[in-house]
Amino acid sequence: MRSRSVILSVLLLISLLAFSSCGKSSEAVKIAILAPLSGDVATFGQSTRDGAMMAIEEWNAKGGLLGNPIEVVVEDSQCSAEAAVSAANKVIDQDGAKFIIGEVCSSASIPISEIAMAKGVLQISPTSTNPAVTVDAKGNTKSLIFRACFIDPFQGTAAAKFALENLHAKTAAVFLDQGNDYVRGLAEYFIAAFEAGGGQVLVKETYTGDDQDFSAIISKAKDANPDILYLPDYYSTVNVIAAQAREKGMTAVFMGGDGWDSPDLDEAALEGGYFTNHYSPEDPRPEVQDFVKKYQAKYGSVPDALATLAYDAATVLLKGIEQAGTADPVAVAKAIEGGVFPVVSSEISYDTQHNPVKAAAMLQVTGGVVKYVATIEP
Amino acid sequence: MAAVERSRSKAAMILKRRDGQILNYIGSGIFALGGMGVLFVLGKQLINNPPLFIQQMLNGLQLGFIYALIALGYTMVYGIVKLINFAHGDVFMIGAFTSFFAISILDLHTWPTRLIPGIAPGLSIVLGTLTVMLLTMVVSAVLAIVIERFAYRPLREKPRIAALITAIAVSFFLEYFGALPFALTNNYITYPRPFEIAVFSAGIIPIGVLVALWALFGLSIGAYFVLRAMGKRGNAKMRLWAQHPLLQLGMLLGGFLAVVLTLTTLRIQTERGVWDLSVSNVALVIMGGSILLQVVLQYIVSQTRLGKAMRAAAYDKQTARLMGINVDTVITATFALGGALGGAGGMLYATAFKQVHHLMGIIPGMKAFVAAVLGGIGSIPGALVGSLIMGQAETLAASFISTPMRDAISFSLLIIVLLFRPQGLFGEPPGEKV
Repeated sequence: MRSRSVILSVLLLISLLAFSSCGKSSEAVKIAILAPLSGDVATFGQSTRDGAMMAIEEWNAKGGLLGNPIEVVVEDSQCSAEAAVSAANKVIDQDGAKFIIGEVCSSASIPISEIAMAKGVLQISPTSTNPAVTVDAKGNTKSLIFRACFIDPFQGTAAAKFALENLHAKTAAVFLDQGNDYVRGLAEYFIAAFEAGGGQVLVKETYTGDDQDFSAIISKAKDANPDILYLPDYYSTVNVIAAQAREKGMTAVFMGGDGWDSPDLDEAALEGGYFTNHYSPEDPRPEVQDFVKKYQAKYGSVPDALATLAYDAATVLLKGIEQAGTADPVAVAKAIEGGVFPVVSSEISYDTQHNPVKAAAMLQVTGGVVKYVATIEP
Repeated sequence: MAAVERSRSKAAMILKRRDGQILNYIGSGIFALGGMGVLFVLGKQLINNPPLFIQQMLNGLQLGFIYALIALGYTMVYGIVKLINFAHGDVFMIGAFTSFFAISILDLHTWPTRLIPGIAPGLSIVLGTLTVMLLTMVVSAVLAIVIERFAYRPLREKPRIAALITAIAVSFFLEYFGALPFALTNNYITYPRPFEIAVFSAGIIPIGVLVALWALFGLSIGAYFVLRAMGKRGNAKMRLWAQHPLLQLGMLLGGFLAVVLTLTTLRIQTERGVWDLSVSNVALVIMGGSILLQVVLQYIVSQTRLGKAMRAAAYDKQTARLMGINVDTVITATFALGGALGGAGGMLYATAFKQVHHLMGIIPGMKAFVAAVLGGIGSIPGALVGSLIMGQAETLAASFISTPMRDAISFSLLIIVLLFRPQGLFGEPPGEKV
């Protein structure tokens, strides 16, 4: 009898504590940052976290949002569907976050978006470029999901346009990882645009994420002797392919997407290669130069595109909450849909599929450093 | 009683086999058809574009020789303790990282230039690379010994499944301990090669080198046959000389390098124009290093006291112990040799593909294990042959059949071989021990 009353009182205490903590968190806006802080693309995740944190800290220094300081939860979602799902469930159910900034990789953002839609949480991905992040399988726009970057069609199309018009290329070879949504998206749109523009794709070869030896497909591509070798994968794979291709005597110009944007890119192997990106720190616009200065003062390094887009994503989200005047995700989504947001990378407005309309930057690896070459308008 | 039971189960087996005979025929037929289909596709490609086909075979050779170094570790350990050492792939990974740290932090590959001012750059590179490799092999051997001492030895007299599970645990421990930020980190790290890469194609290789290699091959194979013939006539000394490791080294090294370099020097004419074959110095170093280490191993196993003890322990541990052989020492030595070869394989693999990562050992380890089984686990020549077959199967499948299916195709080769020869190509049929 006595033990039961002890248990009851303990339970009462626990529920009291739980309720009191719930009451506290509902006042402040709680934002979760989901990024791959370990694994193949850890540098992407760290930049993303730093960029988003910088925007949030700036707002907090100005007095927070809706009268309260903004609360942040950071989780490692590892660029993988499994880890992303458990991280998203954790921040929504356990931490009570109503807004998610993330993920970096499309293959992780897509499962997160499904959870966010089911649980009524607003998600804005800084850098996931696959169309399926904001659009479901039936072609309907996911009402609570946004992104801050342009989508794969534009990166693949822009690269093909640049190859045809500026490099006067006629033939291309494409290597892609069939199991990676991001890589496949870029490759398919590159092929479509390159062939539509009169070019010829001589070789299209697939590999798997575990491969280290690419000599078989490289020998085949070398035999076809294309002008361009399109490698729309992340830097960790591109480094290996590019080094092997040069060693096998391939002379084609390498091209790729924003997956190349990393301090760990092997510049020696990729010398002369071009890649599309969301922004360049060398862009002379004052918004860019101000941001670069502030970021350098805080973290001691030049911000990469991931940090910039994370900063932009956080800015869009916070401005949307401010304009909506409430922390209700549905109202905030309405505000973001209707707004125009002049952020660092470009001026952003949203189309009906929640994709931003904005410009791309073309960069080149020359002399061991990455240089800004041109801006490609949508 | 036991004899009756055995004969009864034997009868049941025969009955069963008769039941499944039609199915067996159908199965063999499907395999034969599939095999002919694959041969047809490959043959067509060979006729269409011979230089590309040969280039792909050269690519496969490089892969095969790396697998061979790893496969030896699996095969030797299995031969003696009947344990599939799953942690071997991770010893390979540690070897790659050891050489990475030796090069990037200690700058060990440049010591001759720093200590001996007037040294020729070529000699300095060779000495430096050898030093790095030696260090890598020592560290990997020590790691293998430590694993054996703490994880496997306490379980040696226990059921075999316990040691097997422990091997898997050790493997995961090494992989994910390596992932910790203060250990190896889980980033993909670009590997600095100890020497610059150079690509050899037609016209670069001096004819003198080719002649020397062919002469080496011809002389050693000639000497081998002469000595063997003399040995057959009853000259026991000559029979021993015929198995001298230097002859094996001459035959393998001379043969492989001569063929590879001669193929590269030929400028093959096709209807699409002259097609140059190329081979990198990394590939040559891998072939040469792998052959050298294997011959050394073969020498140790077949000609030294330690090797004799190893063979005795592999045959029967209890009896070997009764004959005064310290079986524990022999097992430790086996692990050390296997680990050293695996570590060297890791260094060569990283040199070839220029990247190190804490999970890099899983896939090559698994493929090398498959190669060891294919060649007949427990057999040293089998490991080499199985690895070369795996390398070729993988590269040819990737280039001419289907790239995403490369592993499926090369692993189904294993299934086919095991169906017809369950003991592997060079393995001994499981005999009954008395």
